[in-house]
This record gives sequence, structure tokens and C-alpha cells, in this order.
Amino acid sequence: MLVGILDPLSRWMVPLLFLVILLAGAWRRIKVYEAFVSGAKEGFTIAIQLIPYLVAMLVALGIFRESGAMDLVMGAIRPVTNLMGIPSEILPLAIMRPLSGSGALGVATELINTFGPDSMIGRLASTMQGTTDTTFFVLTIYFGAVGVQRYRYSLFTGLLADVTSFLASVYFCNLWFGAA
Amino acid sequence: MGESGEQEGVTKMNVIWLFFLLSGMGVAMVRGDVGTITQGALKGAELAVEVALGLIGAMALWLGMMRIAQEAGLIHLLARITRPLMVRLFPSIPPGHPALGQIILNLSANVLGLGSAATPFGMKAMKEMQALNGNRSEASEAMCTFLALNTSCITLVPATIIAVRLAAGSTAPTEIVGPTIAATTVGMSVAVTADWLLRRYFRRRGGRVC
Repeated sequence: MLVGILDPLSRWMVPLLFLVILLAGAWRRIKVYEAFVSGAKEGFTIAIQLIPYLVAMLVALGIFRESGAMDLVMGAIRPVTNLMGIPSEILPLAIMRPLSGSGALGVATELINTFGPDSMIGRLASTMQGTTDTTFFVLTIYFGAVGVQRYRYSLFTGLLADVTSFLASVYFCNLWFGAA
Repeated sequence: MGESGEQEGVTKMNVIWLFFLLSGMGVAMVRGDVGTITQGALKGAELAVEVALGLIGAMALWLGMMRIAQEAGLIHLLARITRPLMVRLFPSIPPGHPALGQIILNLSANVLGLGSAATPFGMKAMKEMQALNGNRSEASEAMCTFLALNTSCITLVPATIIAVRLAAGSTAPTEIVGPTIAATTVGMSVAVTADWLLRRYFRRRGGRVC
């Protein structure tokens, strides 16, 4: 099966990458130690520079979630998704997915354990978790790292992909595992 | 809508940020539970620092390795090999530019589910693209395309969720790989198409969105 090939591939990837890089550096007679340190310095600076952007975004999302505003949004969307035959138990995950990676993983884990990993909701939660990335987080850190403040249409594109992936997950899970 | 006005004015991010903050505070006040405002804010701030500090080790390691790869000419080589595809996706980046190599590395790391490696590659790619962008405060077309690909990216092995399923006693923890790949393919196609259409639309209009 596909996973049988891909799993060792992803385990071998990092060690092989290190090996190729170090051998290429040695072959080209690069001062590998000095090069590594100067690159690592850059990594440190980037991580520190992210803090103000992350604080701004995660504080806003923290208030939004803790206050119950997120639950209100979910309540407003529920009638629409019920109409489309999407189980309402999955909605918190759909809302959380673009906002918070750890939050979404938490919700997905809870759903999988509550309803069982091989239930429709468990499968749907697993599929959704793997389909998109945390749009707000990715945009915040990637644009934050280079000081870009105007995102133009990229937020729209990211959220459009999230909605599409969510609907596609529902569709393909029904197709794959047979409609409930 | 001239170029000169782009530093001024309220960005879209301002609106979204204010929306999250004010609607959250409003709801908490109406519910009479103002304590959640303070709690949510402090939790968020703490988590932000935790995330950023957690990145330092992996960032330093990968960017250190990347510097060696770059000086050895490997990034250039990667950019040259993938040129035919990348030229189509990123017409505004000169063919063979190191930014393309970094983009490929980021996307491959994402596909393989190597999250800790993907972020540093992505940051480096953004830095290269920002240099091409003339360090403006507005995202370039290439950045928008890159992030469209990145946020909708295929993960062939969703390792974390497979682990969660296994722990929960699933009889077939990897059975969700099929529908995951199918759903992501759809999401990614929509993202790339939307990005292409929006780029053309705003180029023709000549104006700036925000």
C-alpha cells in the first residue's frame, strides 16, 4: 500500500538530506562549520522576530474563543450545514482548523476518542485534520518574518481552500466509507 | 489608487484583528463573563511566546544546514531541476533564482509531513521573495501564490493524526490517507486556480486590493 512506501520515505528523508548537504559541502570545500553557525544565527533571529506578530494574533484568537464568540458563530452556521447533511459534531473542528493548529488537533483528538476512530465522525475528523494547514498561523508567521503587512488576496485564497477542503473531506469520506 | 498611498490607510489585517478582539470582548461583556477576556488574552500571549521559542531549535538547525547547502550550490541545482514547473507557477521570479529552490524544499517537507523542517524553508523562501519585492510592506504576487500552495498543501503521511487514531484503538489507522489525499487535491487545485484568477484580475485593474 501507499503508506508502506511513504512511511519509510519520510523517516529516511531527514537523515539523507543531512548526509547529502554535508557531503556536498565537504566536496566543494566549504567551511561547513562557519556556514552552519551563520545560518543558525539567522534562524534564531527569525524565531525571535515572530513573537510580536504571534502575540497579536493569538491574543485576539484567545479572546474570541474564550469569550464564547466562536460558539456563537458555530451556532449561526449550524442550520446551513445541517441542511447539507454535514454532521454538526464536526463543526467546531471546521471553525478551528484555519485558526489554531494545536486547537484543531485538540478538537480532532477529542472527536476521535469520543465517537471512535472508525466511526464516520472519527474518519471525517482525521481526514479534515490532514487536508489543510492553519491558514491564519501560516500567514502570520510567514508574512511576519519579512515584515509584510498587506496580505492582498492571500487570506481570501487560504480560507477558500479551507472551505473547499472541508466540503471535499465530507464528500470523499462519504464516497470512501459509504454514506452513513 | 496610486503606489504612493500603499503605506497609508487601514490594512485588511487591521479589520480582521479588530473584529476578533472586539466581537470577543463584546460577547464576553454581554454574557457578563468579563474574566474570559483577561484569561483569553493572557493564554494567547503565553502560547505565542511558547510557539516562537519552540521554533528556535529547529529553525537554527535547518537554516544552518541550508547555509551549507546554499554555499555548496545545492539550492541552485534544485531550482534549476524544477525550473519547467516553477516558471509556470511563479512567473515573477527569475528562473533559477534561489527562492525557487527554497519553495520546493518547503513544499516537499510539507508533503512528507516534516512540519519542523517546512517552516524554516518557508521563512527562507519568504526572505528571498521579499528581497525581490524590494522590501515593500505589501505582499508580492509570488508570495501570494506560495502561500496559496502552502496553506492547502498535500500531506501524504499525516503522521500525527495516524498516531492519534492508533492510540484510540483504530482497526485501520491509515485508512484515511486515501480520502485525505483526494480532498487535499481538490482544495489545492481551487487555491491555485483562485490565486491565478485573482492575480490576473488585480493586475488588469492595476489597483491594489486591501
